[in-house]
Amino acid sequence: MTNAKKPVFIQGNHACVLGALRAGCRFFAGYPITPSSEIAEGLAEVLPKIGGRFIQMEDEIAAMGAIIGASLTGFKVLTATSGPGFSLKQENIGYAIMAEVPCVIVNVQRGGPSTGLPTQSSQSDVLQARWGTHGDHEIIALVPSTIPEIYSMTIRAFNLAERYRTPVILLLDEIIGHMREVLVEPSDNDIQIENRPVPDCDPAAYLPYEQVPSDIPPMAAFGSGYRYHVTGLCHDETGFPTNDPQKIDRCMRRLNRKISRYADDIVDYRIEGNDRPDVLIMAYGSSARSAKQALRMAGDTDPRMALFQPLTIWPFPEKAFQEAASPVRGVVVVEANNGQMKREMERLLDTTVPIRLVSSLNGEPIVPGEILKAAREVM
Amino acid sequence: MFDYSQYLRISKFPHIWCPGCGDGTILKGLLRAIHQLAIQKDDIVLVSGIGCSSRTPGYVDFNTLHTTHGRALAFATGVKHARPDLHVIVVSGDGDGTAIGGNHFIHAARRNIDMTMILFNNFIYGMTGGQVSPTTPMGAYASTAPYGSIEPNFNVSELARAAGASFVARTTAYHTTQMQQLFEKAIQKKGFSMVEVIVQCPTAYGRRNNQRTPVAMLNWMKDHAVPVKAAEKMTPEQLDGKFTTGVLWDIDRPEYTEQYQRLVEKVAGDR
Ligand SMILES: Cc1ncc(C[n+]2csc(CCOP(=O)(O)OP(=O)(O)O)c2C)c(N)n1
Ligand code: SF4
Repeated sequence: MTNAKKPVFIQGNHACVLGALRAGCRFFAGYPITPSSEIAEGLAEVLPKIGGRFIQMEDEIAAMGAIIGASLTGFKVLTATSGPGFSLKQENIGYAIMAEVPCVIVNVQRGGPSTGLPTQSSQSDVLQARWGTHGDHEIIALVPSTIPEIYSMTIRAFNLAERYRTPVILLLDEIIGHMREVLVEPSDNDIQIENRPVPDCDPAAYLPYEQVPSDIPPMAAFGSGYRYHVTGLCHDETGFPTNDPQKIDRCMRRLNRKISRYADDIVDYRIEGNDRPDVLIMAYGSSARSAKQALRMAGDTDPRMALFQPLTIWPFPEKAFQEAASPVRGVVVVEANNGQMKREMERLLDTTVPIRLVSSLNGEPIVPGEILKAAREVM
Repeated sequence: MFDYSQYLRISKFPHIWCPGCGDGTILKGLLRAIHQLAIQKDDIVLVSGIGCSSRTPGYVDFNTLHTTHGRALAFATGVKHARPDLHVIVVSGDGDGTAIGGNHFIHAARRNIDMTMILFNNFIYGMTGGQVSPTTPMGAYASTAPYGSIEPNFNVSELARAAGASFVARTTAYHTTQMQQLFEKAIQKKGFSMVEVIVQCPTAYGRRNNQRTPVAMLNWMKDHAVPVKAAEKMTPEQLDGKFTTGVLWDIDRPEYTEQYQRLVEKVAGDR
């Protein structure tokens, strides 16, 4: 994989497979579930050919555990699932946060709760991605909206996981997971691959959870000569469980801070449309596609519209959104759920700015005309 | 005397176990077995779930992984699949390994992935204060079975054998020499090996079940254990209420990581 490749016409889930391989992922554990199974199937085919590891586990809990175990030996690891499986993974996602184990979890969203709408789209797991596992924590979650974005943001998900020693969630949805578009894999010069920081100290002096200035202690691989303890319990710098309130406080604050203090480096978003808008549309993932079409349909007619599209849903690009929304007379939030992000936007905005929701709960894509209508009505 | 300290994280002591608990006896047996086999500390990954027994890894100087309740085998599968050259040993309780972790237990055995599971069977949920477990004998008392358990219990070793493990053995915290020998055999065995160790929990089990002291519990083990060879010559009536000890099952079956490696060699370079 050196030079830019020929254009290929592929499915979103397949682009995720290619992105993962390009990022250096060599371990996948999963459990079949629509609409994500193509990711497991793609990697089942490729990984053995390149000496990587694939395994289909007995359930999603096991798959999440297996990737954490493999990551601890130094592998870049991936699992992919959808709603019901995402629920099952939550406890071990919290474990990866607590034990600071890099890993990437793809959730190709479908309708829920429960078995819901197995073959149709939804964006109703955005808050579960944020708060699905119990306890105080920070999380990184990315929301691509096109097939090339799925490819590049899969790579970015691995880079962020490695850089911050944390799980990263890639939120796709059935629409973009199964849609086909043209992808041109970039050349090596155009992508950056990051690897986790590893220790170079004397193993006897290694503190796996040290309070380092960056807040991200280097991570040794099991079997590399650094013997240490990993636990999901609150722990001290050695990794051993502790009940000392001071040590617990230091550990918990560092865990939260190591993401929050880098939020400006992590957040990513896009603004397009009129640069002096009356109405700001906030849309992400497949819904951003409908919003873009609404913008095209509106052309130069009133109201003047712009789109704010977060590419990281967590951390949310709060400052950029507040700036983009400050001069507008109304905001329209477009999402395939019952207003999960709208509530977040209400929290971020001045209460005098009216906010409208355009949503879809029935598995169907959002109709651009409805967005246009809401934009005209909101001010 | 054997110098256990060469394998221990002495600074992490005192341990959390109650006086008279048998978990430390199993730890000692494991360390002696590892020493006998001369396995390097760097090459061992000791994995556990959650429970009193699952606190074992914290005290030893290996690569140690204390996971979520019931999931030790899932994490261990990831470790072993990634690094087949490492020795993966899993320690688990009867609740951890056969209730919440029951699914992983049968599937690790079915895959026959090369690791050794040591199942600390104390017939009870120790850490959470004595609730009924899948191995609590019918009629025995637990905090959530105050009138005696009405559920049949698992025979853990039979379960492992039926699910596909290539090596299954049973011993007790009383039979320390046998314990060490079985651990050695299990660790050396290619494939999924499981050693069930019957162990005393005086605090949460004995107290409720008329075995008032750790010594009484160890004596019970001594009196009820029957070596497999001796059991062959005994009638079902003579064996009633007893349990067999020693190697219960030992066969050769294709091992998972070797099968995977074969697959890699077969398809390598195909595009
Ligand atoms: C998901 C989850 N459920 C429940 C618990 C609470 N819990 C901790 S240990 C334990 C049972 C331990 O019993 P066992 O596995 O038999 O080990 P022992 O303590 O007897 O060694 C339970 C239920 C937990 N930690 N996580
Ligand atoms: S509760 Fe039972 S198993 Fe737990 S440490 Fe005490 S004696 Fe051991």
